[in-house]
Amino acid sequence: MIVAEPKPIKEILEMVKDLKKILVVGCKGCVTVCNVGGTKEVGILASSIKIYGKKNGQEIEVEEYTLERQCDPEYVDEIKNIIGDYDAVISIACGVGPQFLSERYPSSKIFPGVNTKFIGGAIEHGIWSERCAGCGTCVVHFFGGLCPISRCSKSLLNGPCGGSSNGKCEISKDVECIWDSIVRKMMEQNRLDELIEFKPPKSWITARDGGPRRMIREELVK
Amino acid sequence: MNDFKPQLVAFCCSNCASSAAKVAEGMKKALPDNVKIIHIPCTGRIEILHLLKPFEEGADGVYVAGCQEDSCQYVSGIAKATKRVMYVKKILEELGSEPDRIDVFNLSAGKGQEFVEVAYKMVNTVKELGPFLSA
Amino acid sequence: MSEYKSGSNLEKVLNAGLFAFTGECGPPQGANLTHLKEKAGYLKGCVDAVNVTDNQTAVVRMSSWAASLILLQEGLEPNFQMVCRDRNRLAIQSDILGAYTMGIRNMLCLSGDHQKFGNHPEAKNVFDIDSMQLIYTTKTMRDEGKFLSGQDIDVAPKLFIGAASNPFAEPVDFRVHRLAKKIAAGADFIQTQCIYNMDRFRSFMKQAVDMGLTEKCYILAGVTPMKSVGMARYMANSVPGMDVPDSLIKRLKGAGKGKIAEEGIKFALEQIEEFKEMEGVAGVHLMAIEWEHKVPEIAERAGVLPRPTF
Repeated sequence: MIVAEPKPIKEILEMVKDLKKILVVGCKGCVTVCNVGGTKEVGILASSIKIYGKKNGQEIEVEEYTLERQCDPEYVDEIKNIIGDYDAVISIACGVGPQFLSERYPSSKIFPGVNTKFIGGAIEHGIWSERCAGCGTCVVHFFGGLCPISRCSKSLLNGPCGGSSNGKCEISKDVECIWDSIVRKMMEQNRLDELIEFKPPKSWITARDGGPRRMIREELVK
Repeated sequence: MNDFKPQLVAFCCSNCASSAAKVAEGMKKALPDNVKIIHIPCTGRIEILHLLKPFEEGADGVYVAGCQEDSCQYVSGIAKATKRVMYVKKILEELGSEPDRIDVFNLSAGKGQEFVEVAYKMVNTVKELGPFLSA
Repeated sequence: MSEYKSGSNLEKVLNAGLFAFTGECGPPQGANLTHLKEKAGYLKGCVDAVNVTDNQTAVVRMSSWAASLILLQEGLEPNFQMVCRDRNRLAIQSDILGAYTMGIRNMLCLSGDHQKFGNHPEAKNVFDIDSMQLIYTTKTMRDEGKFLSGQDIDVAPKLFIGAASNPFAEPVDFRVHRLAKKIAAGADFIQTQCIYNMDRFRSFMKQAVDMGLTEKCYILAGVTPMKSVGMARYMANSVPGMDVPDSLIKRLKGAGKGKIAEEGIKFALEQIEEFKEMEGVAGVHLMAIEWEHKVPEIAERAGVLPRPTF
């Protein structure tokens, strides 16, 4: 799933300062799962903005709405009759949300309320970790099911580098050295020959380096 | 400033805090009348939004009274509530307000005296800070 | 027709079976040539080639190729280092051509410390290719006369290809296999990280010899003299992959005030003597960073002077 984190409230307040009617739009997708953009969080942000307004002698009207997803036009359409009533819309969906809203409602001021971070999963309740860099050519099976592109700080395909220490990456004790894990796993499974095999330079064409991407399912397109 | 009477909302769990409240009643110790008590089964049930809403509605301070960490009847309720109170302290700061307007207290069942003391303590703290929505 | 891959001085020394002795010189954090030339001056005549680092520890310095050219002008042979952190494959192949054209003949292929360590931590990571692939790229350009794209190069760059090896980095069991991998990818010579644990290094070299690696590639053992107990402790605790035995720290302490640096040099000299006799070790790479003025003395006392000339 896409993992995001809330923007500091100060930053959000700066975006919408002097605006009187605000709509906060959440999303029941990924951001609900990582507890930053669901109905609850919409409520918390709305309440915070209202409190701020009252504290500063302004009456800020904040409406709350949570869409099923902000990455599908049919759901984005749901607010077409109300969005025009607001001075600003804060989307707390991932980066797709503010953009889809901006495209669908070009005359509305749309602001992002979260910082989208990565594609990852939950390690335990409350902790999410990056797993995928969206390189477009998945080869995790060559590395014991672990991805060096997203999880090695240097995206090495022939790792590890000399900075691996106690299973941790040189950049931080909090970052696992994925190559340490890859090598240990594959050596334990007697797959040393696979590890020794030279991995040639990666083609980054299918990654974001090749340009903004699309994925089309022809059999579904009208 | 001295005759400012802060309005407080207190979330009290049914275990420790409420039994302490009963003891206090029995001891004829009066709670300050500007503290509104909200009884809840366990402080773990409190959400961040519950802690923000009183401020939105004009409260000057909020506190949570629950069990000691090692004797919470529902094991981790008070621990969760404490984390949420800390989160709201941060929100208050970001909104340009004082984090001391919200706090969490660990009480033992039957400590009526403490229950009342905590209420007065919080009232005094918030009194010093002044009204939440200043003029 | 040359029987050499590059014809570099270092290659000639190693090819002749002579014990090689290389040094290191970091470029300045600016366009200041004076200090660079001063350091180069100390190394001249004492070493077969001089490593020129590439934005080491991700701190911006004069580029390695430019500093290498200065060294060439000063009459030394550079060992031009290139890291994968700052350049993509276009710039890499382009710089290889440029460096070769300007007279550079040795190249060390490295991953590079992550930019978080340096003075521009907000920079974008490149790592288009890794150090293994860089070795392969340089070899392909030299021996096949082709770019990574498969296109022909009109005049192939003939570089002597080097790589680094850290025998004590983790996971330790894999290290000799990674060395084998680098050699298979095309490394002609290897410089190890600085060694202090001689016992462990001896067994590492035994493995390398047993695997036939030392027949295909020249391995130079890294030596860095300890200047102080503080330095020894720092290396032991804060540098990944560094194995500093307690016995060495004890020995340095025991030398007494004012005599620690000399004890550090003594230890380094003992190491060099042992490396001369150790099977599979083709030379020593001396890293006396910002202590370049000591290199002539160390080289003299190590009995490696005069350096061979061709």
